[in-house]
Amino acid sequence: MLINGVTVVDTFAEAFAMWGARVLITAENEKWAAAAARAMTGFATSVIGCKCEAGIERVVPAGETPDGRPGAMVLLFATSAEGVGKRLVERIGQCVMTCPTTACYNALASENTVVVGGLLRYFGDGFQAAKLFDGRRFWRVPVMDGEFVVEERFGVQPAVGGGNLLLLGEDMLPTLAAAEAAVNAMRTVPGVILPFPDGVVRSGSKVGSRYKSVIASTNDAYCPTLRAVSKATELAQEIGCVLEIVLDGLDLEAVREAMRRGLAAAAQPGIRQISAGNYGGNLGQYKIELRSLL
Amino acid sequence: MSLTLTLHTQPDVPLEAETLVPQRFEGMTATQVAAATVLYGNQQAALGDFFRVEGRPDGELRIVGDVFRVKMIGAGMTHGRIIIEGNAGMHLGASMSGGEILVEGSAADWVGGEMSGGRIVVKGNAGHLVGSALRGERVGARGGEIIIHGNAGNEIGSGMRRGLVAVGGNSGDFTGVNMLAGTVVVLGRLGMRTGASMKRGTVASCQPAELLPTFAYACTYRPVALRLVLGYLRGRGLTITDEQLAGRYRRWSGDGIETSRGEVLLLEEG
Repeated sequence: MLINGVTVVDTFAEAFAMWGARVLITAENEKWAAAAARAMTGFATSVIGCKCEAGIERVVPAGETPDGRPGAMVLLFATSAEGVGKRLVERIGQCVMTCPTTACYNALASENTVVVGGLLRYFGDGFQAAKLFDGRRFWRVPVMDGEFVVEERFGVQPAVGGGNLLLLGEDMLPTLAAAEAAVNAMRTVPGVILPFPDGVVRSGSKVGSRYKSVIASTNDAYCPTLRAVSKATELAQEIGCVLEIVLDGLDLEAVREAMRRGLAAAAQPGIRQISAGNYGGNLGQYKIELRSLL
Repeated sequence: MSLTLTLHTQPDVPLEAETLVPQRFEGMTATQVAAATVLYGNQQAALGDFFRVEGRPDGELRIVGDVFRVKMIGAGMTHGRIIIEGNAGMHLGASMSGGEILVEGSAADWVGGEMSGGRIVVKGNAGHLVGSALRGERVGARGGEIIIHGNAGNEIGSGMRRGLVAVGGNSGDFTGVNMLAGTVVVLGRLGMRTGASMKRGTVASCQPAELLPTFAYACTYRPVALRLVLGYLRGRGLTITDEQLAGRYRRWSGDGIETSRGEVLLLEEG
């Protein structure tokens, strides 16, 4: 099947059941909300080595936040609800509470919740205070610029991680351009983040390694320099570069829609094939057939 | 048509009308509602002796007329809605735990005394002891919210443990007296002896005030938590300016005769 002359490989992306949360950070202005959001979502590219995957979903105008100040919306994903809770406490405590003027609110309505502010409050060393209204409890932690306001509990919900697209191009520059276009298109979908640096990963991995202690290793089937020596190669002769886009979403529909928009945007000159990564369907709970997105 | 009680005979002495909560009328006919018992002075009477009853119970109870002599409307309410198209008598919403009461006029003393949930909105003024503990009790409102668009009297939020009381106009003396926690917002002027014996909690005002000597000035800053509350109250219909929302507030810690963990926040002048 072709789209704009680019072959869409008849394969599927294998995605995984995860748990997700949505966090709203507000601050005195956009600059500081963004600073806190960047810090909170740093070192959160893959659960393999970072314990979670996180990214900035969108900028939030002041008129849409509970305290009327500019904000940034962050999504965070982990393999369990408990894991999400722990990462939220760590990251909000170390990266949001530390950032000037910020406050932090739950932005996901869910029956399942984890305690976040209810733990961070202890930083107040007994000087903290709570405010309860509209069914929500907020903790006020005294800090040097005034007070850090953080909601007691944050919602968590089952989510989908590891949706992906593989862009197979003739050369690095057009493949990178196609990846950037895909990322821009995918970021328009609510409920989705792309956890790798600016959304693109160049060191796609496979499960296992010849080295017993290494759990993941280079995806040699998609390394152009190994085309002549890897028995697993998936690359034709004209492929000079492969880039991968990985995404996580609060639900399957968001992941599918983002992949659909990304696929359409990536089908550009210089791209020969668009494929996806999977493990034969033996690991993940979801299979997203690429051709079902067209 | 929701259940509507229209006052046709003004009582000469107060009516104790604890029966006036939506949950008590569920499943009843208008005739049955009219036969419900109220205490009229030292005698029992029927609702129908004072009200014309129409419609069917559907979770909303409408009371039409100046019922300033009808006490205990909404007392113990757990869910549903009461709309009073007139003034309301004492002990409106006493000990309520859910639902919503809207008074188009003013309300007498003891609005929301010892309530634990739900919401009361008074478009006019309220009397003394809004959200307060009864005499001899230590704890007042334990939750819920009360919004008075006009002025309120003395001892607002007395013994308050949790929840929110907001006054769009002025409040009287002893606002937040014996407060345990919770939030009282007075957009207008406070009376004297604000926060006397408060242990924790917040009293905030957008006007200057003279405080007790047992309160200590801490700092002037922009409290985000207060922005949260004021933004919420603005969404609930109180008129709050951008200056009040985003302004600098002087923080006073007290009461020093207790733990000094309470606060009075006063909008910085100018």
